[in-house]
Amino acid sequence: MKAITANRLTDGRVIYRTLEGQWSVDITHAQHMNDNEAEAILPLAETEYAVAVGPYLIDIEADGPGGQKWRREGIRLGGPSTGSTRVLAVAQEIGAA
Amino acid sequence: MYRYTEQDQTLVAERIDEFRDQVARRIDGRLTEEQFKPLRLMNGVYLQLHAYMLRVAIPYGTLNSEQLKVLGGISRKYDRGYGHFTTRQNLQYNWPSLTDIPDILEELAAVEMHAIQTSGNCIRNTTADPFAGASADELEDGRPWAEIIRQWSTLHPEFTFLPRKFKIAVNGASADRAGIRVHDIGLQIVRNEAGETGFEVHVGGGQGRTPIIAKKIKSFLAPRDLLSYLTAILRVYNQHGRRDNLYKARIKILVQSLGADAFGAEVDEEWQTIREGELALPDAEIERIRAFFSTPSVEHPSPLPEAGGASFQAWLTQNRRAHKVDGLSSVVISLKPIGGTPGDATAEQMDIVALLTRQFGFDEVRVSPDQNLILPHVRNEDLHAVWKALVDAKLATANAGLATDIVACPGLDYCNLANARAIPVAQAISEHLETEGLSAAAGDVTIKISGCINACGHHHVAAIGVLGVDKRGEEFYQITLGGAFGVDAAVGQIVGKGLAGEDVPAAIGRVLQTYVEIRDDNERFIETLRRVGVSHFKESIYA
Repeated sequence: MKAITANRLTDGRVIYRTLEGQWSVDITHAQHMNDNEAEAILPLAETEYAVAVGPYLIDIEADGPGGQKWRREGIRLGGPSTGSTRVLAVAQEIGAA
Repeated sequence: MYRYTEQDQTLVAERIDEFRDQVARRIDGRLTEEQFKPLRLMNGVYLQLHAYMLRVAIPYGTLNSEQLKVLGGISRKYDRGYGHFTTRQNLQYNWPSLTDIPDILEELAAVEMHAIQTSGNCIRNTTADPFAGASADELEDGRPWAEIIRQWSTLHPEFTFLPRKFKIAVNGASADRAGIRVHDIGLQIVRNEAGETGFEVHVGGGQGRTPIIAKKIKSFLAPRDLLSYLTAILRVYNQHGRRDNLYKARIKILVQSLGADAFGAEVDEEWQTIREGELALPDAEIERIRAFFSTPSVEHPSPLPEAGGASFQAWLTQNRRAHKVDGLSSVVISLKPIGGTPGDATAEQMDIVALLTRQFGFDEVRVSPDQNLILPHVRNEDLHAVWKALVDAKLATANAGLATDIVACPGLDYCNLANARAIPVAQAISEHLETEGLSAAAGDVTIKISGCINACGHHHVAAIGVLGVDKRGEEFYQITLGGAFGVDAAVGQIVGKGLAGEDVPAAIGRVLQTYVEIRDDNERFIETLRRVGVSHFKESIYA
């Protein structure tokens, strides 16, 4: 299955296009489509540039990102796999000291 | 350090007003993304995986305490409480909202900072030796020249739409800590036989998909001719650069295809037509800019402290650097805690370093291409107080220049271009080497990691380079050996097939263990590697 994802214009957050034609940060609200439906709806999503930047199709498997780009899309969905977590822990320690 | 004139301040203020209007028009739908993207990029605003990213210019990596405090404050107010210092001596915020960016730019402008030309096919932030004006091996401070280049290149109408981005570095020391040989133009300050200082000009270096070490095209350029000669180089590049092919558009490809001699001849021909014109630098202007960059003096120099405990002495040994002025030292503030994210600093840490900069650092702090901070001028009698404050701020890791002082790009955890993660690999290597005692045992070793072939993590010029690649959805890491960033700049050699991420720390550990076992007395890793050859370490990697 496919879903449509993009980045939200105002703050860049990852969003998914819903069955109702809205955009949500919650991937569980994403519309799941077969390949033909997805190809038909993507041009519509591209006209929604006042909300969503750069919409594109992703593979969905077991309600989460799949296919060859599963890691990239997984990181988009869940945030950095490590990133700032340790440095933020240090900040909390300094703040608490 | 340089202070803005009224003209500088007006230029930056007008640019913010312009961008605020552009953002408003994008938000209300008057601009499409296609129309807006080049405008935001001109102001350092990228759209990454999860959010916008704002890259703030730190000219030649030099900040004062107020600027660093504002950088920390912005991260607290508009971002997630931290910032990322980059290999190009800039700072990146990973989470700003587009709608906040005009306000962020206002706060930056209030302390004479901006994000202009931190993206796009223009002349980017001119970088310099992070120890400029301080290091004992320096012929001349390169920063006044970097500032002159900054002023000349800012919003330069002829060079705003080059075939590709363009990076210039200036070095005034005998060691090359600016990496001039891996820049589009590298300027080395030299002295000629008459005792005059000028520039050795290197052109066509770069990393990325096609790593190339720059070629020297001029052995001595008089200071007055700097801008006319740079203009001539840029004109030849602008005329002949490959705009038809993104991968062949950098000046390094042009220099390689024409040959350095032919390229230099074209530059000389153009230069002769403009050399005596308005670009000739007047002595008075050179002196005016130089006056902003003084080195502090010490009336009653103190020796290095001999007490203070073993941890302090270990930090001094590893993170202190010799200063040209008796009684002063430079210190590296490592942003590489064991297992941490290379180059990240929290708002609180930036506040504390800002305070130290004001209290003990003659109000100057630098960002290094190794993603660390540097206090270039500290009185020897203040070193212990600085260290104690850094310990409290979790910034006193005594690993500057060691194998755990790892450089890494943001990789797939943040970057839209990345193929693989870099930060988690850096963290795992750091923890492994520390646990095995190899960071201290191996001494001076550079490890640099890039999450894609664009090489923002400078893996090509590391003694041990790590390049992340994607193969059908799986991350693999290619190891290179023998790269170097400095006077002996070299591109590392690929050792063999890529490794899974979890195998990289142990593989690098085995390489360093082999080195420790076979090195001659006082031989650095890179020297052993050159003596015995890359193939000698291949078995260690794939054991």
